[in-house]
Amino acid sequence: MQQPLVITATINGRPVERAADPRMHLADFLRHEVGLTGTHVGCEHGVCGSCTVIVDGRPVRSCLMLAVQVDGAAVETVEGLTGASGSLSRLQRAFSEHHALQCGFCTPGMLMTLEALLRTVLNPTETDVRDAISGNICRCTGYQGIVEAALTAAKDRQGEPA
Amino acid sequence: MSARYFGAAVNRLEDPKLVSGAGRYVDDLHPAGLLHVAFVRSQRAHGLVRGVDAGAAARMAGVVAVFTMADFADLASGPMPPLAPHPLIKTPITYWPLAATEVRHVGEAIAMVVADSRHAAEDAAAAVEVDIEPLPVAADAIAALAADAPRAHSDRDSNLAARLAAKFGDADAVFAGADHVVAETIVTHRGGCHAMECRGVVAVPDAMGEDLTVYTSSQSPFLVRRILAAYLGRDERHVRVVAPDVGGGFGPKANVYPEEFAVALAALKLGRPVKWIEDRQEHFLTTTQQRDQIWTVEVAFTAEGRMLGLRGRGVHDNGAYAPYGLILPINALGCFPGPYALEALDVTLDVALTNMVPTSPVRGASRPIVAFVLERMADRVAAHLGLPREEVRRRSFVRADQMPYETGGKARDGSPISYDSGDYRQALDLALSKIDVAGFPARREAALRRGKLLGLGMASCVEDTGLGPFEGATVRVTPAGKVVIATGASSQGQGHRTVFAQIAADALGVDINDVIVDAADTDKFPLGISTIASRIAVTAGSSVEMAAQKVRAKALRFASNRLEAGEQDLEIVDGAIQVKGVPGMSITLAEVSRALAGAAGMSTPYGMEPDLAATAYFESQGLTFAYGSNACEVEIDPDTGDARVVRYVVVHDCGRLINPQIVDGQIIGGVVHGIGNALFERMLHDPEGQPLTTTYADYLLPIATEMPRIEVHHIETPSPRNPLGVKGAGEGGTIPAAACVISAIQDALGPAAPFVAHHPISPQDIVAMLD
Ligand code: FES
Ligand code: FES
Repeated sequence: MQQPLVITATINGRPVERAADPRMHLADFLRHEVGLTGTHVGCEHGVCGSCTVIVDGRPVRSCLMLAVQVDGAAVETVEGLTGASGSLSRLQRAFSEHHALQCGFCTPGMLMTLEALLRTVLNPTETDVRDAISGNICRCTGYQGIVEAALTAAKDRQGEPA
Repeated sequence: MSARYFGAAVNRLEDPKLVSGAGRYVDDLHPAGLLHVAFVRSQRAHGLVRGVDAGAAARMAGVVAVFTMADFADLASGPMPPLAPHPLIKTPITYWPLAATEVRHVGEAIAMVVADSRHAAEDAAAAVEVDIEPLPVAADAIAALAADAPRAHSDRDSNLAARLAAKFGDADAVFAGADHVVAETIVTHRGGCHAMECRGVVAVPDAMGEDLTVYTSSQSPFLVRRILAAYLGRDERHVRVVAPDVGGGFGPKANVYPEEFAVALAALKLGRPVKWIEDRQEHFLTTTQQRDQIWTVEVAFTAEGRMLGLRGRGVHDNGAYAPYGLILPINALGCFPGPYALEALDVTLDVALTNMVPTSPVRGASRPIVAFVLERMADRVAAHLGLPREEVRRRSFVRADQMPYETGGKARDGSPISYDSGDYRQALDLALSKIDVAGFPARREAALRRGKLLGLGMASCVEDTGLGPFEGATVRVTPAGKVVIATGASSQGQGHRTVFAQIAADALGVDINDVIVDAADTDKFPLGISTIASRIAVTAGSSVEMAAQKVRAKALRFASNRLEAGEQDLEIVDGAIQVKGVPGMSITLAEVSRALAGAAGMSTPYGMEPDLAATAYFESQGLTFAYGSNACEVEIDPDTGDARVVRYVVVHDCGRLINPQIVDGQIIGGVVHGIGNALFERMLHDPEGQPLTTTYADYLLPIATEMPRIEVHHIETPSPRNPLGVKGAGEGGTIPAAACVISAIQDALGPAAPFVAHHPISPQDIVAMLD
């Protein structure tokens, strides 16, 4: 087995330095080494999207990325969406208002996928939203609440400072 | 009751934590000294375990132990206790925590590696050599019932685990006298639950080796405790089971699994916390699945299209073990005759053991299967007579003026099945009007101009909910004025915490944010059954209501004494009991709680019992029957066979709605599960019982781009069978959905196409039927 490598990255705006086995995927690293258990693992083969985090501005599946690959990168996880005072973002609140979550297991991946969408597409249509989350499986909600939450958050974010 | 919260679309109390990544699921628990497990599993569907060589694995870095069942001989041995014993099953058909002599499905655990990391455990598991002598495989339920078929269990002399029957009326006479009879063979297929959180368990022994705490992603923490304690030969007070946040259940997490026992045994053996988290491939191989049944039925009906009788035979593929006994076949028989007032029924169901993944209820249990059979047959009758499909249903439904209606069937406990309330025809008519049945021909024309075939589908169902015997709850006002509800009912995303808080907040006149719910922890409440069968709002919800009303009565009695006012002159507002119309004459619930908490040497005031708290168990007063009708439109591309559900309307009656937003969420999610069963989810095996679809690349789940917007309408007929007037809502979306989609596909294919008698239906099937 190869020796652990030291990873230096920015996670939710904070510098983090940790050693990890070269074979450890990013989701395991975030969850079990950094202690950010909000990122969930639903399939570990890149289909369900539960593990989605944002790396250098782009949504990625953290089960398909090795931890060592984020050396030097900026990583954002669901924990980073919540403000310092514990205040929820518009998208997080919209999830609750539109009942976009039940068990909450897919939710962090949905939130990060949509967060990435809403940063780049200011006025998404329902089709844009459905396309964006087509790689995120939710067994509970039937997606409808999630779509509505994203559209509401998109509408309200316009005019708000990003 | 002041209806402040009941009936309102209150945002869920669960949400702020879950949208912040602060949920605590089993895999988020890291007790100090934690060890990790990887299982060594059978690669064959059937065989004798000749030997396990763990020598090399045990020497690998990080490995603490490699166990087979023999290593636990000092703690426990033998097959796991059955969860629902049945007199027809003389010897329980249950698994061992680790298979000792014979493996009976691919994926059955034979050995476990415990190591200081999951990586190390998996490396070592791959190095364990297992010698299995192959045995012939029973991979097909029908073939398995032939006299000379290979036995799924080599120690049983038949694969027929049981034959069950349901019968009422004089079927022979009804069939002899009917104007018409049609017969069909209908096949429904198995899928998995696919909760996004796989199963997982963490077992933590205490320092003395006496007590064990098991955190498990389960719908049934109390059942886990009961049978694990029995298996270990310990009193239940030495086993605490907690279901933390659970990432979806949908039925299979109500089963108790070998891994839960094996992990507990390993923790006790090593005196250290041990964790196992199922990976998705293991989920495909070991978490129970469901819906393989084959039914050959005939329906007798009048020339006007009124269905009179149904008879037939079914075969249920039970898979390799029956941890839940005969719950699925019994449930299937109990679902006849659905919403229809039949004069006679005569059905039998053979339960076949096979070397497939074991079965236990998946959302809807057997109800979607029977709804599929009944609804396909209703369509078939209509086609035979050239009548509109809705007419056959309208003429055959139990009528509103017949309620309560005894179907002639029997419930699980042998009591007569009696539908409590509802108007089935109204639900169908509303669904058809909401989908705009009148405008359908024009939409079909428009689709045809685009080269697409549009079909209209419909399906009705009735669903027994609120299964007994009971759930319970304790409601307590703390000296700080918080209301704490303790209940055994576990939650997997249904929003129970919010719903219970709504009920208690109304009863006690407090803010919903002052209500705390402690659930699914065997140390917090003495008894619980399970979160299954759409039963929690009815059973636990009613218990919360009853307990909260007792607390309210006690608080009012106290205040009446203290404030010297009649109880009828008191009200509770914002956590304070006050004399109506007399500002300042009040006492808070917190003060009452403190007064009833006792003071050394003083007797409790007014001779009242200590503590502002009460416990209640709602005991089922008969099942409550939810019902509904769905209508949908499916568009087919005749070249590719692609079928797309473009519109979907649900009309559902689950009695009074405690939280419409939560109920709609249950229904919409349930419909999408049913659409998955109709179009996507296909659990394939080869003739040797080898599963072929064990990733999400091979096994398709419904995704956002394939799902329509689902429109939900409610009828609220209060159930007379519980104090809240509610009925269950957890499965009503799923039950008719596959039937509804297939009905639309049949309609789209046109009158020349063969009868569609199965699900899931593939694009290849559709193209073949159009040829
Ligand atoms: S866990 Fe990464 S995509 Fe499923
Ligand atoms: S909320 Fe449970 S999987 Fe999406």
